[in-house]
Formats: sequence, structure tokens, C-alpha cells
Amino acid sequence: MRFTYLFVLLNIFIFSSCKEQKLELNKIEGKLIEVSDSLENDPEIEAFISTYRKRIEKDLDSVLAYSVDTYSKTDGELNTAIGNYMADIVYNEANPVFKSRTGYDVDMVLLNHGGIRSILSKGNVTKRSAYELMPFENSIVIVALKGSQIEDGLVTYLSKSKRAHPISNLKLVLNKDNEIIEAKIKGKDIVPNKTYYVATSDYLYNGGDNMIFFKTNDSLYRLNYKIRNALIDNFMKVDTINPVIDDRFIQIN
Amino acid sequence: MKRREFIQQASLGTALVTLGSYGLQSFATVNKTSKITILHTNDVHSHIDAFGPEDGRNANKGGVARRASLIESLRAENPNTLLLDAGDIFQGTPYFNYYGGELEFKLMSKLKYDAATIGNHDFDNSIDGLYAQLPHAKFHFISANYDFSNTIMDTHTKPYHIFIKDGIKIGVFGLGIELNGLVAPNMFKETKYLDPVEISQDMTRILKDDEHCDLIICLSHLGYHYRNGSNKISDLSLAAKTKNIDLIIGGHTHTFLPKPTVVKNIEGKNTLVNQVGCYGINLGKIDFYFDSDKNKSANGTSIIV
Repeated sequence: MRFTYLFVLLNIFIFSSCKEQKLELNKIEGKLIEVSDSLENDPEIEAFISTYRKRIEKDLDSVLAYSVDTYSKTDGELNTAIGNYMADIVYNEANPVFKSRTGYDVDMVLLNHGGIRSILSKGNVTKRSAYELMPFENSIVIVALKGSQIEDGLVTYLSKSKRAHPISNLKLVLNKDNEIIEAKIKGKDIVPNKTYYVATSDYLYNGGDNMIFFKTNDSLYRLNYKIRNALIDNFMKVDTINPVIDDRFIQIN
Repeated sequence: MKRREFIQQASLGTALVTLGSYGLQSFATVNKTSKITILHTNDVHSHIDAFGPEDGRNANKGGVARRASLIESLRAENPNTLLLDAGDIFQGTPYFNYYGGELEFKLMSKLKYDAATIGNHDFDNSIDGLYAQLPHAKFHFISANYDFSNTIMDTHTKPYHIFIKDGIKIGVFGLGIELNGLVAPNMFKETKYLDPVEISQDMTRILKDDEHCDLIICLSHLGYHYRNGSNKISDLSLAAKTKNIDLIIGGHTHTFLPKPTVVKNIEGKNTLVNQVGCYGINLGKIDFYFDSDKNKSANGTSIIV
């Protein structure tokens, strides 16, 4: 055996005997580290982010409209100024889109009270206001429902929940026993066999806030139009915002 | 080690001693150790800035620039570190709405993330929106149970990746949640969801039996746990139904675990399940200690959590 060959062979032996030294797992330690304000910012990362941040802030904080007062979803019994405003915006912004695609008009709008995520403060209204009111990515969908399904499902739901879920183009009056004494869409009585086009959010259509009645629909139209973008589009169109509490959903004692 | 291999190698060792002269005795007595650190986040949801002082629950917590310095100091302590994310990188702040995830991926690349799996919200700008941001990501996307073969994401993810740190082979595979009912079908398009348990069995067979990994990690966006009676697969139920997984790093349910959960797997062995809440307010850290001293490992792996 030549010496070099022996050398190579020896190395192979060493390598294979190393396998015998295989490492075995013998201890695991786990812990949680809070990313708290006691940690320093990495200056390079912070500088990198700041360019992106400045561009967003400039856009988010540019003034689009003026709000006459501060509006909260807790001001009002069965309808609120801010809720009415949001539902009316969804009607006004979604209807032309829907009509141009299908030839039909949106008949009414239903959103949910819990979906109003902040107040609208008096003063300048910006894109940031829209992000605060509607931080979710919910999109507008139009659900085709028969009049009978609206009466049995949607209207009954509203009369039972007695919350100021934002509505537009729907009028509801309850008596003191919580019975429905008036239910109208666009000022007319609801016709059981007629198809109505109800604008809502994809979140509610999928059963959010237990609005299971939407799933009885015969057609669904996705507008791919976010509620937040409808708000922003409206803010850009109007100068002053001054919504009111009205009589669209009331209870008579 | 298989007995047969052991005998073969032992006899080779004996042959070597008779050849003499290479001073192997010292080699045999040196006790080698290794420590692997796994750092992880989940459901960061575009939270790039720290929460402000007025935020109710998370005041003054989080922030990528702080996470960067924390990770840097931990890497200085142990260079044999992997940094992983369990999905839902996207959606939650205007950074996502304005830049579509570009900044999230660029920052994760700067922080030297090694791999991430895909969460349901990562489809929020549709699968095309996710694909469009891939050039900004210098880390692996790991997903074993989403079949992307009929989509634009085809070939841009891999079921598993094997990392080697200090000679230790670490196999990481990824699992995503059922998209139907959670994400609109026009967003995920022809992405097919495959059964997580079956896929995990395949993955662990490949990583353990074929690849001989020393450590197997599952990066999961299935969710920590669903209420009793729900047949939805979760990290806890996955851990109990599988074998050879050392650690499941979870996400989706935004579960804040003060310490990892120890679950008995189908063989009665321990699997760790961890999840660190959301929005980058915490970083998970799991240290794995390896030792060549057979006496230590003979007593089983001790878990200190």
C-alpha cells in the first residue's frame, strides 16, 4: 500500500468514526422576549423606515373635508349621525358602480354598528380619519334578497337587536312592544316577491354579527370596492360634513 | 444510530488503532456541544412602527427598529441562530395599503429572516399581490400544504428547507390554514389546500428518515387551538397526531403564550408548541442544546420553559 493511499484511507476512517460522536439533543430552553421601549432603535433600520413613513403621513394627513362637529356612534338610540353618514356614503358611492355593471339600482344599505371603529372629530377630515373609522379591509357587496326575506330576516333582526346598525334607504318604526309598525324601502312598502339589492360588507354577508339572513340570497355581486375607499372618495367630494340623527329607525312610545 | 452501522464503524475504529500513530485518543475524549437558537415572530400584520404611548393594550411595545437591535444582540450571543416568521406578515396598518407589503419584506430581509410561511392575510392583495412583492424578500417562503402548481406562485415556495448551523441539520417545513371560507376564492385562485396531518407525516419522514435532520421545526399558520368539539386542525392537535416534530412555531390565532406548551406526540414524546401573540410586540426564543455525551442524552431531553 502506497503511503498517500494510506493517508487518504486514514482520513476516511477519521471522518466515519466522527459519526460516532453524533450530537444528541439534551436540553431545550424557551422564553418570550418583549419588544419594549427599553430597547434601542437600530438607527439604520429606523432611517430606512422614515422615508416610507413620511410619504404616508403626508398623504394620510392632507385635509380633504371639514367636520362641523364631533360625531360618535354612541350618540343616538336606533340611528346615529355617524352611522347614517357612513350608510349613506356606501349608497351614494356604490350605487353608480353597481348600476354601471348590472343596470340595477341599489335599494338599501345595511352595515353594522360595531363596524364604526372610532369617532369623527370636529375639524379637519383626512384619509387618516377614514382609516380610523374603518381600519378593516371590508369590501362592499350587493346581495339580492326577496322582499319576504328582507321582512323575515333583515327587518326582524334589526327589530330584535335594537342597535343602531347603520342603514340607508330603509325606514323602520317600532312600537313600544318592539313590533314593526312600518318598514319601507325607498319610501315604499316592501313587496314580498320583489327582488331588492342590498348593499352591505363582505364581513356581514359572511355571517358577521350573526346576520345569517344574507345567506338566503339568490345572487351576490362583489364590487371589489372597500368601504374605506368609499369614505375617502366621499371626503374628497364634499367640503363640510354635518350628518344628523333622523327618523330612519325609531321607536314610538 | 442503527446498530448495524454502529458495529461497522466501531470495527473500523479498531482497525484504525492498529494502524496507529494518528493520535485519535484525544479526538474520542473531546466532548462536543452545540447550541442552536430559534427566534420567531408571527402575525406581525404590517406593524412596522411601535405602538404609541396612548395605545390601551400595547402601549410603547413593538417596532421593527427595536426588534432589529434585539435580534442583532441575540445573534452576537449565538451566531448559530435562525429567525423565522409564521405568517400574516401583511395587513393591519397603512404601510400595507400604501406599499402592498414591499416595506414588510424589505425590512424582514434587512433583519435577515431565514424563512417565513404564508398566512391567510398574505393573500389580501390576492395571490398576484403576494407574488409582486417576492423580489423584495431575501428569505425562503416555506409551505408544504399549499399546492401552488396552477398559480403564479408555482416554484416560488418550497415545502421545506434544511439549514445547517454548527454541523446541526435543521429541517423546517411550513403549513398554512384552510383558505376556503377565510379568504375570497378570487384572491387565492387555484391554490389547493392539502391535509396538514398527512403532509406533516410526509415531511417528517423525509426530514427524519431520508435527510437525517437533527432538529425538525414546523412553521404553522393553522392556529394554536380551537374550542373543544371543533374538528378544525390546530397546532395542539397536529402535535398530538404526528411524530418527530421538535417544535411547532404557530400563528393565526394571535395567541400570547408566556411560555411554550409541551404536547405529547403520537409516540408519547415531547413536542413544543409556541406562539408569541401578534404585531411584533414579542419575540420568541427557543434554545436547543446538543451534546455528544451519551450519558446526558440517555436521561432524555430536559425542557426548561
